[in-house]
Amino acid sequence: FDSGGSVEATKSTSEVRIVLRNAGSIDPRNLEEYIALDGYQGLAKALRMTPEEVIEELKKSNLRGRGGAGFPTGLKWEFTQKVRSDEKFVICNADEGEPGTFKDRLIMEGDPHSVIEGMVIAGYAVGASKGYIYIRGEYFESVSSLRDAISKAYEYGLLGQSVLGTEFSFDLSVRLGAGAYVCGEETALIESIEGKSGRPRLKPPYPPVSGLYGKPTVVNNVETFACVPPIIDKGAGWFRSIGTQSSPGTKVFSLCGDLVKRGIVEVPMGTSVRDLVHKFGGGIPKGRTLKMVQTGGAAGTFIKPEEMDAELDFDSFKKSGASLGSGVILAIDETHCAVDIAKNLMEFFAHESCGKCSPCREGTRVIVYILDEFSKGRGTVEMFNQLYDISETMEESSFCGLGQSVPIPLRSILDRFKDEFLSHLNSPGCPVGVCEFDKPEKKKR
Amino acid sequence: MSLVNCPECQQLYKELDEYIDSVKGNTGVLINVLHKAQEIFGYLSEELQQHVSEKLDIPLSQVYGVVTFYNFFSMKPKGKNQIKVCLGTACYVKGADKILERLQDELNVEMNEPTSDGLFSIHAVRCLGACSMAPVVLIGEDDYYGRVSPDEVSKILDKYRRAE
Ligand SMILES: NC(=O)C1=CN([C@@H]2O[C@H](COP(=O)(O)OP(=O)(O)OC[C@H]3O[C@@H](n4cnc5c(N)ncnc54)[C@H](O)[C@@H]3O)[C@@H](O)[C@H]2O)C=CC1
Ligand SMILES: Cc1cc2nc3c(=O)[nH]c(=O)nc-3n(C[C@H](O)[C@H](O)[C@H](O)COP(=O)(O)O)c2cc1C
Ligand code: SF4
Ligand code: FES
Repeated sequence: FDSGGSVEATKSTSEVRIVLRNAGSIDPRNLEEYIALDGYQGLAKALRMTPEEVIEELKKSNLRGRGGAGFPTGLKWEFTQKVRSDEKFVICNADEGEPGTFKDRLIMEGDPHSVIEGMVIAGYAVGASKGYIYIRGEYFESVSSLRDAISKAYEYGLLGQSVLGTEFSFDLSVRLGAGAYVCGEETALIESIEGKSGRPRLKPPYPPVSGLYGKPTVVNNVETFACVPPIIDKGAGWFRSIGTQSSPGTKVFSLCGDLVKRGIVEVPMGTSVRDLVHKFGGGIPKGRTLKMVQTGGAAGTFIKPEEMDAELDFDSFKKSGASLGSGVILAIDETHCAVDIAKNLMEFFAHESCGKCSPCREGTRVIVYILDEFSKGRGTVEMFNQLYDISETMEESSFCGLGQSVPIPLRSILDRFKDEFLSHLNSPGCPVGVCEFDKPEKKKR
Repeated sequence: MSLVNCPECQQLYKELDEYIDSVKGNTGVLINVLHKAQEIFGYLSEELQQHVSEKLDIPLSQVYGVVTFYNFFSMKPKGKNQIKVCLGTACYVKGADKILERLQDELNVEMNEPTSDGLFSIHAVRCLGACSMAPVVLIGEDDYYGRVSPDEVSKILDKYRRAE
């Protein structure tokens, strides 16, 4: 299949499209089509404003980082702008590797100029003259789409010396990731752009103070940059009229797992899990019953069907225990076993732990070991409790966000499916029949 | 299949060196160069790493450290058709492990090792960014197979066997 077009975009009347305003409806290789639909208007307007005014507008819009942590973008840019330095950088984090997430890919392949335009505006606002887009090496089509768009932007004077005839200059190039999940963490990503192994740095200092080559650097997610041009063009007030008070605008969700309609939707912030599962996702296929939903990605939370009224935005984790994260809705039906799901997920983290710090390196291994024992009928109550102890240690003493956030999905599934875990201790064992206690296992990784 | 000592290698090294010369002087190009080297040679032998180290004037230990850190780089030859099976959660709940099992049975080969005819190798990967089509198998750079069932596996493999 052609990877670009086939990432299915589920259209619906109640979708609100800001980030995906053009994806699927324009030819991404034709810059003139983008321009005809108000493309680069945001940039033209920004260049008529002072950098401070651009940042002020973003602060007023309360745009928050779509990479998952929701840090206010205007504030991040302001920090970067205020640091004095001969050189500054803008980096787009396109290392999208969260299992279940494929939204950034759709944006890069469907509307690459929206990302480039957002980055040039960032460069102007913070005083940077060089930008990098760090893309997962496996995203061949995204790489080709962005490289093509960058060369066209140079041709049209939107990149390079004196952008749109002004005194501002900005260069942009693509850097490839090489298959390490931890490189999505911004400081590991910076190490990787510097050509090194992608192991995280100590934060603070945050990249706005000391980033690429120790210079002030803005790092934002693909979707965050794509939000910027319309905000500048249409104003902060317009943006704030969409979504929730604390998290204005829209969010692009990746719907996957046991759903009738799987694909990408863009809806206002604050949309409930129930609507995402039933209205947009079409419910659960084959007449089966929903067992749980993981929201927010691998590092996100598992919730039960009765908790689906949770409205997702950057504060929902605190309010209802369901995290927004990178916008994944993974539906899991009754045919799956909670122990088995937890084990698959924890194997992922154990595999992706970069090994720099022991709480994460050892913690993930022990977690996988314990879950494996459960799946073979050899678990104990002490082991179950031990999972909570390891979670606490990892949360408190892991070096970076990877290790720190492993306890989030783990605890949420242990809390909600305690009975199911414990029923693996006695016969008849796995209530769903997924874990076969004496089956030899093949090596998988 | 040692490409390194073959006569055509001169040509391959030349291609790599042209690329290196075009990016040399820019900072932090090591990873892009290794991508290119693996694209040209198929894998990153010690000899090739040594070459990159000398050309870029970067210590061999650093080159080696980078090669072993990233999953994408391989120091061993892979099959002509690399089969990547996604074991990301969205694919897992759609039965990706059954696909992997079937592939291992069909090809009778260890993970990450080429088959005896050199035609295939199987690799488990995390999310391929096509989760709506789970379970997903990617062969080569852009042959995506979505909603794969175990019974389709041998049909898919035949396509590549016939192409020989
Ligand atoms: N999109 C994806 O594929 C993935 C996303 N994530 C998300 O990543 C998040 C964790 O990311 P982290 O970068 O570790 O979170 P963080 O909370 O350390 O930082 C978030 C952002 O705010 C900035 N920031 C925070 N405090 C700052 C300060 N005082 N001054 C200046 N800047 C400041 C950071 O530089 C960063 O850009 C999780 O919430 C998770 O949802 C995790 C894995 C994959
Ligand atoms: C293990 C790990 C992986 C991450 N992966 C990504 C990623 O793939 N894409 C992304 O945008 N942010 C990722 N992040 C978050 C980044 O560190 C950073 O917060 C983000 O790029 C900031 O951009 P934003 O403010 O626009 O969200 C990851 C964080 C961690 C801890
Ligand atoms: S928490 Fe894990 S991924 Fe992060 S530095 Fe420690 S070992 Fe590496
Ligand atoms: S989880 Fe398999 S493609 Fe995303």
